[in-house]
Amino acid sequence: MTATEHQAHNPALLHHFADAEQQKNAASLGMWLFLVTEIMFFGGMFCAYLVYRLAHFNAFAAGSQQLNIWMGAINTAVLIVSSVTVVLAVKAAGAGKRKVLVGYLVVTVLLGLTFLVIKGFEYREKFEKHHVPGPTFSFTDKFDDNGKQIPVNPKETELFFSLYFAMTGMHALHMIIGCGLFSGLAILAWKGHYTPGYFTPIENAGLYWHLVDIIWIYLFPLLYLISRHS
Amino acid sequence: MASQVDALYIYLLMVAGVMTALIFLAVLVLAIKYRRARGHHAQQIEGSTLLEITWSVIPFFVMLTFFIWGAVIYFKERTPPADATEVYVVAKQWMWKIEHMEGQSEINELHVPTGRDIKLIMTSQDVIHSFFVPAFRLKQDVLPGRYTTLWFKATRPGRYHLFCAEYCGTMHSGMGGDIVVMEPQDYAQWMAGTAVAPLQETGKQLFSALGCATCHRFDVQGRGPNLAGVYNKPVLLEDGRTVIADENYVRESILNPTAKIMSGFKPVMPTFQGIVTEEQLNALVAYVKSLAQSPPGTAGLQNQPATSPEQPQKMQVQ
Amino acid sequence: MASTVTPSKRAPAPTPKLNYLNNGHTLKSWLLTTDHKRIAILYLISVTVFFFLGGFFAMLIRLELLTPQGDLMQADTYNKVFTMHGMIMVFFFLIPVVPAVLGNFLVPLMIGAKDLAFPRINLLSWYLYVVGGILISHVMLTGGVDTGWTFYSPFSTEYTNTKIVEAGLAVFIAGFSSIFTGLNFIVTIHRMRAPGLTWSRLPLFIWANYATSLIMILGTPVVAITIVLVAVERLFHLGIFDPRLGGDPLLFQHLFWFYSHPAVYIMILPSMGVVNELITCFSRKRIFGYKFIALSSIAIAVLGFLVWAHHMFVAGISLYAALIFSFLTFFIGVPSAVKVFNWTATLYKGSISYATPMLYAFGFIGLFTMGGLTGLFLATLGIDVHVTDTYFVVAHFHYVMVGGVLMGYLGGLHFWWPKMTGRLYPEAWAKLSALLVFVGFNLTFFPQFILGYVGMPRRYWQYPPEFQALNVLSTAGASILAAGYLLPMIYFVWSLRYGKIADPNPWAAAGLEWKTASPPPTFNFDETPVVTWEAYNYDEIPAWERRTPVAR
Repeated sequence: MTATEHQAHNPALLHHFADAEQQKNAASLGMWLFLVTEIMFFGGMFCAYLVYRLAHFNAFAAGSQQLNIWMGAINTAVLIVSSVTVVLAVKAAGAGKRKVLVGYLVVTVLLGLTFLVIKGFEYREKFEKHHVPGPTFSFTDKFDDNGKQIPVNPKETELFFSLYFAMTGMHALHMIIGCGLFSGLAILAWKGHYTPGYFTPIENAGLYWHLVDIIWIYLFPLLYLISRHS
Repeated sequence: MASQVDALYIYLLMVAGVMTALIFLAVLVLAIKYRRARGHHAQQIEGSTLLEITWSVIPFFVMLTFFIWGAVIYFKERTPPADATEVYVVAKQWMWKIEHMEGQSEINELHVPTGRDIKLIMTSQDVIHSFFVPAFRLKQDVLPGRYTTLWFKATRPGRYHLFCAEYCGTMHSGMGGDIVVMEPQDYAQWMAGTAVAPLQETGKQLFSALGCATCHRFDVQGRGPNLAGVYNKPVLLEDGRTVIADENYVRESILNPTAKIMSGFKPVMPTFQGIVTEEQLNALVAYVKSLAQSPPGTAGLQNQPATSPEQPQKMQVQ
Repeated sequence: MASTVTPSKRAPAPTPKLNYLNNGHTLKSWLLTTDHKRIAILYLISVTVFFFLGGFFAMLIRLELLTPQGDLMQADTYNKVFTMHGMIMVFFFLIPVVPAVLGNFLVPLMIGAKDLAFPRINLLSWYLYVVGGILISHVMLTGGVDTGWTFYSPFSTEYTNTKIVEAGLAVFIAGFSSIFTGLNFIVTIHRMRAPGLTWSRLPLFIWANYATSLIMILGTPVVAITIVLVAVERLFHLGIFDPRLGGDPLLFQHLFWFYSHPAVYIMILPSMGVVNELITCFSRKRIFGYKFIALSSIAIAVLGFLVWAHHMFVAGISLYAALIFSFLTFFIGVPSAVKVFNWTATLYKGSISYATPMLYAFGFIGLFTMGGLTGLFLATLGIDVHVTDTYFVVAHFHYVMVGGVLMGYLGGLHFWWPKMTGRLYPEAWAKLSALLVFVGFNLTFFPQFILGYVGMPRRYWQYPPEFQALNVLSTAGASILAAGYLLPMIYFVWSLRYGKIADPNPWAAAGLEWKTASPPPTFNFDETPVVTWEAYNYDEIPAWERRTPVAR
């Protein structure tokens, strides 16, 4: 490549690609494939959940009814809003509005942190109620099936909480990574790294965030809403 | 059964042998016949869809014969005859504990008579093991927390290796023993050699000692279902499902009573997890099975399940 | 239809002054490289280290099994030895070897690209592999694990005292190495093919790596989460697989085998890809049935996900599940058989030479056929009940893993050695090694089929005396096999200094990788090639008249 040719292309173009479009397509496809691996990763836990919920429905329902549905619902709303801010960030990047982009990225991170803080309160509540699996676990609540109080095997309920912590914990880990990612992007965006000609990292990070959001949208009803009435 | 497995094996050996020989020969012959030589050029051949289809479809149908024959044998292996003699097996690191219905227990040896169907009801006290008798061509994993079964009919007296075939720790390779097959009269003699209580007798004593009889009564309707005639019959559960009251159901009901409650009954039975050993569980299960014919004094009294789970029968409370 | 670069025939190209090997001599230029070829070499070195480590454990196993008693080492030690042998060979050799060494080197070259789509992620892949390797080595040095490479629960979650979590972490990290490699290959093959290189013109090695990559990205995350759940159960006593807590040890097996069965297709598919390249070059012919071989690779990848419970026929699954999985398992035999038939048919009316790579290809066809056919024995329910968990299974998988994967790898390594290093290996020694490997292999593992059928279970430290003769035969074969593996180590290293200098295309082979220098320059091609020909266009490439590659 000649010196003039070198100057002519976007500095973000990596040399092993023929052109910017090939690079963008490659990055996009790569991100989608990575998301597929994330789905398979969480899939194993969803599979375990499915098997055990079928086997121990009453215990799972009893455990689910002890979760804090308000915190869960607020968190769901927080995440959905954060996905909106992500979309708006991508739109701002495409329009070249640097400050708006940074703003939306920062708001996304703040919403993510809000999610994690609320989650922290939830976990603390679980700890106080002795619902953390292990030697301190103790469960005496019953499954409220429309007024009918059905006692459940605490061992099976412990299994529910094991899956609850495993699945929400893994999700929270992905949220932390997402917050870190978006913080980094916000800094780079502030420094002017992203232009309408190149904002692929914003798009791809957005895809990641949306997936983590969607995973929560499945987790919430499966964990929090088993047999909840009125 | 072993000879059937061998017959299938020989059939597969022949097919595999022929296939292998054909491929080896083909490669050898072609490699020599078409070796690089001056003036000889390779002829470009794209392929032949007809050939592809032929050599896909024909092997597939040959393989179907493997599947069908194998499935038939497997089906027979996994359906024990209804009247088989039962023997309980408890596996633990690193030994096999065997309990005959008549009460004899053995370690690492299983005495059986020729000509009788034997059904092993097996569970593990710790990790997964596997009961493997090469001479019978049979194997079944033995799991903690549930029963698995294996059945056979020995035909020739002798001593046959018993191996553990699922890796289970340090002495996995030392967890062996013998199946001792005897002529019926020798077996009877061996049996008579020890005077012990039959397994269901032990179970009956436990049934009373552990307080089961308080709720599971035979004379009047107690807090728990009357267990006479329950074994191996369909049971309507309070959530609407119907299950068969097999060994696993009886065992589960003792260890985890709220899991599958018979319709019309309250979930008041305490769990016996940690209170009964595997051997005691086997005895209790054997006892409940023996109640398949109603014990004296209970004729005519059957449990009345509710017609629908939403309206459980009003029960005598406390 | 002329190619855009004319291969020189008689006048050899001297080793180019600047190629990927001498473009930067510092350690940093190697450890921070993003050049896929250098990364491939880094993998070659690390994978070879682990191969010999795993092989060392194999030697210990075979030595112990010379006698029926356990007299060489304690039972616990033996259990750790076979576990480490399995873990290292599966996760640190068989799964990465062909994609990470040959695939990394060749995929961009074969499609006319300058590098893979994500060179930095490629380097990250290697580092993840190394970190996983360091962790597993640490585990070995501080007591090892003794669960078998399959680490079934509840033994692995609650009964063993060995370092399961650390070993699990090592495998978890190495798994991500695999995922990123697969991701890289898929994007590269989709987005970076040279102009004119349509899917139906791709070398079948590319198709094979593509299919493998699909399995890598879909299957590996499942074993990753399984490892996480096992670790969580061990560390926090959460009891996900614990029957006393209402858990199910069989759920572990389902989750484990959901990956580990497709994993074996990750191992074999790339090797099958290599065989395509070897058979065509050394018969001077197009492959017979290109489309069918390409599609069979995809079919194997897809079907591979549907058959996992054939590892569980006696585990306590229901009769009906067993019937279904047995039936589905037979389906997968068809595409594999189709490949073998197509390769054999390619020989017909070819012009065949017996260079070492071709000998390995022949060996592959024979041994993979045997291994694959014995897989049918295992798919047959009535037989599986008898032979599962015995040496029959051990023999089966060694036939496909060693007789298949390893032969394909060695054949490929010999074939592309001149391209990778610019040197020729010594042909006579290589042929001798190939022979030793073939003979040693069969002597080691064929007796094990018999051992299994007569009833010797696997993972046995001690065994009844009647099994000794076959065990001794097996160990004898293993020593021959070991010699067959050590020789290439020696002569490959020797060739780096003293081997004859290679041409850009010493085999007169088709494929874009041969249209650039040996070794290639860092950016692979001076100009992006434009492809106007079909794969394996051997009718347009004149063969060398000599039997061995040109050397100067």
